[in-house]
Parts: sequence; structure tokens; C-alpha cells
Amino acid sequence: MSEYTSTDAALSRDEMAKLVAADIPAGAFVNLGIGQPTNVSNFLTTEQGVTLHTENGMLGMGPVATGEDIDGELINAGKIPVTELPGASYFHHADSFAMMRGGHLDVCVLGAFQVSQEGDLANWHTGAPGAIPAVGGAMDLAIGAKQTWVMMGLFTKAGESKLVEELSYPVTGLGCVSRIYTESAIFVIDQSGVTVRSTHGITFEELAERLPIELIRGA
Amino acid sequence: MAPRIATSAAEAVSGIHDGSTVLIGGFGNAGQPMELIDALMDCGATDLTVVNNNAGQADAGLALLIKERRVKKVICSFPRQSDSWHFDEAYRAGEIELELVPQGNLAERIRAAGAGIGGFFTPTGYGTMLAEGKETRVIDGKGYVLETPISADFAIIKAQRADTLGNLVYRKTARNFGPIMATAAKKSIVQVSEIVAAGELDPENVITPGIFVDTLVTIGGTK
Repeated sequence: MSEYTSTDAALSRDEMAKLVAADIPAGAFVNLGIGQPTNVSNFLTTEQGVTLHTENGMLGMGPVATGEDIDGELINAGKIPVTELPGASYFHHADSFAMMRGGHLDVCVLGAFQVSQEGDLANWHTGAPGAIPAVGGAMDLAIGAKQTWVMMGLFTKAGESKLVEELSYPVTGLGCVSRIYTESAIFVIDQSGVTVRSTHGITFEELAERLPIELIRGA
Repeated sequence: MAPRIATSAAEAVSGIHDGSTVLIGGFGNAGQPMELIDALMDCGATDLTVVNNNAGQADAGLALLIKERRVKKVICSFPRQSDSWHFDEAYRAGEIELELVPQGNLAERIRAAGAGIGGFFTPTGYGTMLAEGKETRVIDGKGYVLETPISADFAIIKAQRADTLGNLVYRKTARNFGPIMATAAKKSIVQVSEIVAAGELDPENVITPGIFVDTLVTIGGTK
């Protein structure tokens, strides 16, 4: 873990994705969730040698397919046509989720509605009356990988913190999130609590004031 | 016994009767046995329980079965999509039952049925509303939920190629649920783009052994 740092400006989405990509260990097997996390793949370097997993049944997923490379039978979990890289493999759904549940993936990056200070994740269902629930692989992804990282905006439109003491949205997985990347700060969650690794466009003191949980300033 | 080779999709699904539980392969459109679903639509069977990752997209396949209220229950992981309007309408009208299952648990429940497993403890879903009412257990300090197998009367799936003994190979991510669904149904009906003579598929490359396949039908084109 790098030293505590701060920047004057909040992070853009690309900057967040770039930081996540830089933190992924070389040679890792990684699943990038739908939405913001997908953007991380644009910042992974060839030297990192990261292998991407898509839970519909492929390792070695390449970039989004364009033009003649579009093949309806080669899609990612977001149902977008993608490409295969040399050394790719295909497998059925039970194997794909065994890979995940069995702890064989190193990192999974997901979006979130809320994360609690204990690392509980809410990202599958708003719980709103009348909302049709759909879970997909969210619960498997949350608890399956060796490390689960979240990318999200730190505050709701109403300005409330999405890093909370206890979830108010329905749970996706308990105690599973170990890092959170937001535009305002990057957090690490472990037994010692929630540590702020960096702040962006906000000071540690201002952050501590706005969040409803106790924060540890990174060394 | 070697599988029956049907001459049409209609003939292939002709045994599917009212009240059947049907596993339907596919993730999105990849691997979706569209022609078999259309034939199921035409054969008139109703009161179906359908197991699929989704609950139909746009105005095709499973979505049409739901539109015509031929499906009483859907067991799936991701019903709500931008183009799942037929499911959404049936669900909001209270005219279809939904059993929502996390995707990996769905796959493992199907696999368990095919493998003769009576149930399994999975960490996925522990502590969530999808585990409510289910038996849980803490094993070595970690919470697990008891999930039960999903077996079915029929599976309708799509593979790329078969031999006359029912051995199957698939293509890219269209494989998805096919291999496990083939194992979990009393009768597995498979559409392929080509049926070759036994011996023409490399045995090392067979993904679904023919023992799991009951009916084959050739449908032109793989995409």
C-alpha cells in the first residue's frame, strides 16, 4: 500500500479507472463488473499480463469487438460483443462460477450503491417498492474473488455518503469489500477499520466531517 | 442409445407437454436455441416452468412465450433488462411467478441435479434477502446457504456441432448453460448447425458426451 497522498482536484472517471488498473497485481486473474469497472481494462498495460474473466464463460477476454470482429456468440457479461486474446479459454457456467466462488480469481471490481464500514456491499437492488429484482452474478462476484474492490461516487445526489455505518439497501455480500475507489478518496477496509489512502479535491479533515464513520488517515 | 434425430424443430419439441419444467440454454442471445423456442411456442404447451438466465428479451423467443402467458413460473438470475417488457408486464400483473437465483447458484443447482447431488452449501447469497427462509450453516467460520438441485423434464439447448451419437461441441461464449442443462433434464433436445458421423469429432474435444443427449435437430447457421 502506497503512502497517503492528496490532490487538489477530484478524480475523473478515467483517473479512477487508471488508479484501479495500476493497483492490479501483475499476472492477476480479474473480473471487471459492468459499468465504471469495465473502463479499467482500458488502462491495463500489456506488461501487467492481467487475464480478464467474464462470468458468462471466458478467460482471456480482449477489447470490445468492432466491425467485422463482431460475433454474436462472443460476448461479455454485459452482452457486448468482445474479442478473444491468444490463450483464451471457454467454459460452461458452473465452471465459471466455481472459478469465482472457489477463490481462484485475484480481484473483482464492482460498482456499488453503498458500502458499509465492515465491507458489506449493496449493489444489486434498490429495494424500492415495485422494482423488479434482478441479481445476475452480483452476489457471486461480491464474495468470490480473493479481493473485491468497489468503484463508486462517494456521495449521492443529495450529498449523503455512500460509505455508511450500516447498509440501508439490500445486502449483496457481507464483509467482502477491501478497497473503495471514489472521486474524492480511496479507502482500504481491513481489521483495523477504514483507512483513507488518498484524498482528492477534499482534505482528510473535511472528509472525516462529511462521512458518518470513523476514518483512519493513511500513513 | 443413440439420440433421435428429428427432421424439424417442431418434431424435436413435440414431446413437451403442459406443466413441463424446461431448461432453456443461452446467456442473452448467445447460445439461445431460438428455433426450438419458436417451435415450443407453436406446439402450444402451456403452464410451463422455465429455467433460463434471463426472462426473455425484446419480441423474440422466451419473451413471446411469456407474452402469451404460457409460462407460469420463471427461475432465473436476471429478469429485468432494458428490453424485458413482456416479463415486466406479466410480473407486474401478477401473472408470472419469479424465483430469483444468483447466477452462480443457478448454474450450480442445475449442475447438482445432473450430478445427483441432493443439495449443497454455498456462500453466495448468505446474509441477503435471497437466503431468507433457507437453511444456513457456518462452516470453518464462514456462512453458507443450503441450495437444492433444479432438475427438469426437458432441456432445450444449442450447440455448434453434434455427431450421430449425440456428442456435442459448442462455440465460444454460446456454451454457457448448455453443458450443465444437458445433464439435468430427463430429455435433452439440442439444436446444432451440423450433425457429423460418429468418429468425426475429436473425442478429446467433446464437451457434452452423447449420454446426456436425447434428441438432435439440425438448424442452419451458427449465428
